[in-house]
Amino acid sequence: MSAEVLAGFSNDLLYAAMAVYALAMTCFAGELAFSGPRRRVAQEEPVRSMVPVGVGGSGLPEYVEQPATTGKLPGRSDRASRLGRVGVSLTVLAFGLHLGSVVARGLSAERAPWGNMFEFSVTGALAVTGIWLAALTRKDLRYLGTFVVLPVLLTLGLAVAVLYTESAQLVPALKSVWLVIHVSAAILASGLFTIGFAQTVCFLVQEHRERAFLPKPSFMDRFPAAAALDRSAYRFHAFGYPIWTFAVIAGAIWAENAWGRYWGWDPKETWAFITWMVYTAYLHARATAGWRGRRAAYVALVGYATFLFNYLVVNIWLVGFHSYAGVG
Amino acid sequence: MLDTRQDGPSALRPAEFARWSWRQLTSMRTALVLLFLLTLAALPGSLVPQRSVDPARVAQFVDDHPSLSALYERLSLFDVYSSPWFAAIYLLLFVSLLGCVLPRSRSHWSAVRARPPAAPRNLDRLPVHRAWTTDEEPGAVLATARTVVQAERFRVDSLDDSISAESGHWRETGNLVFHLALLLLLVGVAAGSLFGFRANVLVVEGRGFSNSVPAYDTFTGGAAFDDGSLAPFTVTLDDLAVRYQKDGDQRGAPRDFRASVTYTTEPGAPRQRAVLRVNHPLVVDGTKVFLLGNGYAPVFTVRDASGTEVFSGPVPFLSRDGNMASTGVVKVPGARPEQLGFEGVFLPTAVLDRRLGPVSVFPGLRLPRAVLSAWTGDLGIDDGRPESVYSLDTSGMDRVTGASGQPLAQSLAPGATMELPDGASITFDGVRRWAALQVARNPGTRPALLASVLALAGLMLSLFVRRRRVWVRATATDDGRTLVEVAGLARSEGEGREVLAGEVAAIAEAIRTTTTPRETTRER
Repeated sequence: MSAEVLAGFSNDLLYAAMAVYALAMTCFAGELAFSGPRRRVAQEEPVRSMVPVGVGGSGLPEYVEQPATTGKLPGRSDRASRLGRVGVSLTVLAFGLHLGSVVARGLSAERAPWGNMFEFSVTGALAVTGIWLAALTRKDLRYLGTFVVLPVLLTLGLAVAVLYTESAQLVPALKSVWLVIHVSAAILASGLFTIGFAQTVCFLVQEHRERAFLPKPSFMDRFPAAAALDRSAYRFHAFGYPIWTFAVIAGAIWAENAWGRYWGWDPKETWAFITWMVYTAYLHARATAGWRGRRAAYVALVGYATFLFNYLVVNIWLVGFHSYAGVG
Repeated sequence: MLDTRQDGPSALRPAEFARWSWRQLTSMRTALVLLFLLTLAALPGSLVPQRSVDPARVAQFVDDHPSLSALYERLSLFDVYSSPWFAAIYLLLFVSLLGCVLPRSRSHWSAVRARPPAAPRNLDRLPVHRAWTTDEEPGAVLATARTVVQAERFRVDSLDDSISAESGHWRETGNLVFHLALLLLLVGVAAGSLFGFRANVLVVEGRGFSNSVPAYDTFTGGAAFDDGSLAPFTVTLDDLAVRYQKDGDQRGAPRDFRASVTYTTEPGAPRQRAVLRVNHPLVVDGTKVFLLGNGYAPVFTVRDASGTEVFSGPVPFLSRDGNMASTGVVKVPGARPEQLGFEGVFLPTAVLDRRLGPVSVFPGLRLPRAVLSAWTGDLGIDDGRPESVYSLDTSGMDRVTGASGQPLAQSLAPGATMELPDGASITFDGVRRWAALQVARNPGTRPALLASVLALAGLMLSLFVRRRRVWVRATATDDGRTLVEVAGLARSEGEGREVLAGEVAAIAEAIRTTTTPRETTRER
C-alpha cells in the first residue's frame, strides 16, 4: 500500500474508533446513571452509605460504614452492570481501531507515529485507553470508564479538528532514535497522569461527600470510598512520575546530542521541569503532616494543569526549540 | 498557672535560634514550600524572553517596551535562571534536602543493621492476621517458618516463641540515593558552567575555522574556563547538502541537512573527513561541533568606477522566512572615489507577487535571484564603533538613483551585473550555503548523566519496593496443640491491604502445608 492510502486508512480507522468510543462512553454513563442509589431513594431506604446498626449508650444511633455496592438491588442494577460491561467491550473494540490507526499512520510515514502534535495527541489518547484497559485486568476500575473515555474523545476531537497534519517525513531535528525513547516515555507518563487526574477528581468529590453529614445520593455511591480512590490515584501518579523523570532525562540526552547543551531552559524544557516539580511536591505532600488527602490532591491537579499547559499552550504559542507542532 | 504580667517567653539565645532555624529549614513543610517557590520562580523564564535562550528576542523586547524592560532588568527577568533569587531558592532547597537526608541516612544505616523488631504481644490486632492450630511442636513450626520467610527474601530474627522478619530496606536506600544524586546533579551542572564553553560560528562552504576564541562569532566560557585549554583543531566546511519536502501541506519543510567537513585534530595532523548532521555532532578531543542552522551566502564581485575589482566573495545572508528569503548587505570600504554599500534580498525560488513584490516560494534553489539597491558615501566603519555585518548604517550615505531619479534597484539572476550610473558595478556570481555551527565542551555532562541515572534508579526503588514486616508466633495451647499466628504490617505509603494480605496468606499456607500435611489443622 502506498503512503497516501495508508494515511487515509489511518484516518478512517480513527473516525471509526471515535464513533465506538462515543458509544462506549454512553454505556458507561448509562451504567452510572441507572445503578444503585436512585433505586434506593425510590424505596425510601436511608440515603446514606452509613446504615444504623443500633443505639449506643449516648442514645444516638450508631452507624457503621457499609460498602457502597450494597446499595445495588438486583434487576435494575444488573442491567446497569451489563451496560458497563458492554462499555468495556466497546472500549476494547475502539482501542483496537485506534491502535490500527496509529500503526497505519506510522507505516505511512515510515517512522514512529508521534512526530507532530496531531500524532502525539492521537498516540497519547491511545496510551490513556491502553493503560486503563490494562489496569482493568487487575483491578475493578470500571467506574472510571466515563472519565477515561471522555478525555480520550476530547483529545481525539481536538486532534482531528484543530491539529490535523498530513502524514509526512520529519524535520531533521526529529530524526533520532531519541524521538522514539523520549516521546514514547512522555506519552506513557502523560497517559498515567491523565488517569491519575481523573481519579484525583473523583477522590475530591467523594471526600467532599464523605465529610457531608447527609450526602445527596449520586452515582458517586458506586465509586469506592475516598481513601481507596486516593490510594489508587497515588499509584497511577507514582507509576507515571519515574517515567516522566525518565522522559525528561532522555530529552536532556537528546538535547545534548542535537543542540550541544543538555538543558537550556527552552519553554518546553521549563514546563517539563515545572510539571516534574509539581508532581515531586505532590509525592512529598503525601508524606507531610497537614498536606495529606485533599491538599495533596489539589497539588496533583495543579501538576496535571501544568502538563496540559505544556501540551497545548507551549507547543502552539511559546517560541522555542521544540516547535514541532506542525500546526499551521 | 498563667501570669498575665509576664513579658512572654524569654528571647532565644543565638544557639537556640540557630537550632530552631535549622529545624525549620530542614522540615518537610519547608521543603514543600521551597519546591513550590522554585516552581513559581521557573515560570517567568518561559514567558519573558531569556538572554541565555534567545538574545535577539530580548533585544527586540527591550526596543518594544523600554520602560517595562528597565523594571525587568532590575528583577533579572531576562536572566531568570542565573538570577540571585532563583539561585537563593534552589540553594535553600538543597540545604534543606541535605539537612533532611543526612540524618535519615544515619538512621537508615543503623536500621539496616538492626534486628527486625520483636513481635507485638497481640498479633491479632495487626491489619493482616492469620491463625490456626496444629499438632506440630512450636519449635519445629518456627524452624519451618524461618525457612519459608527467608525464601521470600526477608531478613529474619528468631526469638523464644516467635520470629520477626522484615523486608524492603531498599525502599529507603533508593529514596536516599535519589536525593543524594540530585546533589551530584547540582555539582555536574556547576562544573559545566564553571569549566565549559560554548561558541558559535558561521561558516560558508569552502571555508573553515580553528578552535580558538578569535575565530568565533560568539564565545561564552565558564568562570573558571581557560582559553588555553581549547583543543587546537580546525574544521573546513566542504559542502552543505539540504533537502526539502517537495509537496503536500508541509512543502518546503526541511528534510535533511548534511555538512561534509574536513578536520585536523592539531596543526600538521592528517586531514580527516566527517559528515555532520543534526543530532549527529562531530566530536574532536571531547569538544563537540553541532550543526544548528543554515542559510545562503550569495557571491558577489564589485568593481568601482575605475573598473578595479574591490570586492569578491560570498556574503552570508540571514533567512527571514520559511522559504529562506534572506537579507544581507555588501560593504565595500575600498571602493573609490566613495565607499559603496549594497542592501540585498536573496530569494532561492523567486516569484513576483502582485502585492508583496518579489518573494520566495520555496526554500530550495529553483530560481535564485538577488534583489539589490546601492548606496554611496561613508559606511561609518572606520571610526572604530562596533557595527553589524548584516545591516548598513546609511546615515552617512546617499541612495544611488537611476536615470529617472528613482532609487536604483535590480533583480539579478546568477551571472548578471548591475551597473551604477558612475560606472561601478556589482555582479551576482552565484550562491553558496553557510552552516551555523555550535562548538561546545561541557565537562559536567558525565557527572550529570551519572547523577540522573542514579536518581532514576533510586526513585524506582523508593516507589516500587514495599517495606513490610511479618511475624510468626507459635505457642503451646492448654490442650497440647500449637497455636500458629502469622501477621503482617505494611510500612510504605499508598499501599492497600490486599497485597500484604495476599503475601501473608501465602506465607501462612506455605508454613501450614510444610509442617502439617495431616487433616488435623483447622482455621481459627
